[in-house]
Amino acid sequence: MTNNDKTIPTKFRYSFMRVFFIICLSLITYCATAQVTLLKLDELDKRMANGKDTTYVINFWATWCSPCVAELPNFEKLRLANLKKPVKVILVSLDFKSKLQKEVIPFVLNNKINAEVFLLNEPDQQAYIERIDKKWSGAIPATLFVNKKARRFYEKEFTETELKNTLLNLK
Amino acid sequence: MKRLILVAFMLISGFAFAQTEGYKVGDVVKDFSLKNVNNKMVALADYKDAKGYIVVFTCNTCPVAKAYQERISALNATYAAKGYPVVAINPNDAGAVPDESFQKMQALASEKKFNFPYLLDPDHVVTKQFGATRTPHVFVLNKTDKGNVVEYIGAIDNDPEEANSTKVEYVKNAVNELSIGKKPAIASTKAVGCGIKWKKG
Repeated sequence: MTNNDKTIPTKFRYSFMRVFFIICLSLITYCATAQVTLLKLDELDKRMANGKDTTYVINFWATWCSPCVAELPNFEKLRLANLKKPVKVILVSLDFKSKLQKEVIPFVLNNKINAEVFLLNEPDQQAYIERIDKKWSGAIPATLFVNKKARRFYEKEFTETELKNTLLNLK
Repeated sequence: MKRLILVAFMLISGFAFAQTEGYKVGDVVKDFSLKNVNNKMVALADYKDAKGYIVVFTCNTCPVAKAYQERISALNATYAAKGYPVVAINPNDAGAVPDESFQKMQALASEKKFNFPYLLDPDHVVTKQFGATRTPHVFVLNKTDKGNVVEYIGAIDNDPEEANSTKVEYVKNAVNELSIGKKPAIASTKAVGCGIKWKKG
């Protein structure tokens, strides 16, 4: 009896440890590969519709766009300054879908980008450019500020101060 | 403070407006003379038999422009014989991006066997005249008694990554329509491309 009492918990402990180990491993691989996921505009719209009082700052960029890459740290600063506020910074890459694994994910990892990053999964740019903003020529960087009350689109580069002020003045 | 922000916004919007200056559909294009990768000067007027032109602002380094290289060659292969040759212009400054140099343009043109002129635009003079803002950026011109009239501005097609099942070939359609004496049904389109690498200072 006493023997059995000892062996059963040990067995359990082993299997627990194994399960725990597997979960850890899969979490690590998940984190390393799931930095950037594909995004449809419908999904983005749905998220904004369910966002309640959240203001979304959505930056459109690409790894090949040097002014975009240059302003990314400003978005990180905005994100950090608003962690406790209902503000969500989202980076939407317009890189080719085929570059997701080879270029976009390594770029995000190497540059330690902690904001949410997506790669836009829309085949027809004529359609998605118009949908994001009628005035947009398609040039990047471009940034959309949106909440339940306001929607402002800017086809320009932002400094840290400009980002902060645009967010503050969003009515 | 609010007034200051307002002034800042006005300045920014003014700047954005200045950036979008250039030819509109219907404008007559001023001819230019730019150096080709073979060191010879090329002007639109050199093409005595042309009925029009496919002017493409493209470059060496932009991934979007690269994705379109073969399609630009194919456009010239199809339409040069019909009187609408491709004239490619690199709008970028080699001082800003060394890989945009004239030597690198020559290397690319010979490697990819460009069957069309690939012209250098020092100081962005022609780029600014046209109002090109990115690569690739296309202007389809129609030769008339008034001069070369802009009939289409925008993207080559709506399928940069060759993954769009509802592909529309804007430039092909525009040239086909012009060649039968019609105005292009779609005269301007938008596209994501690489911004122009302007000369610094």
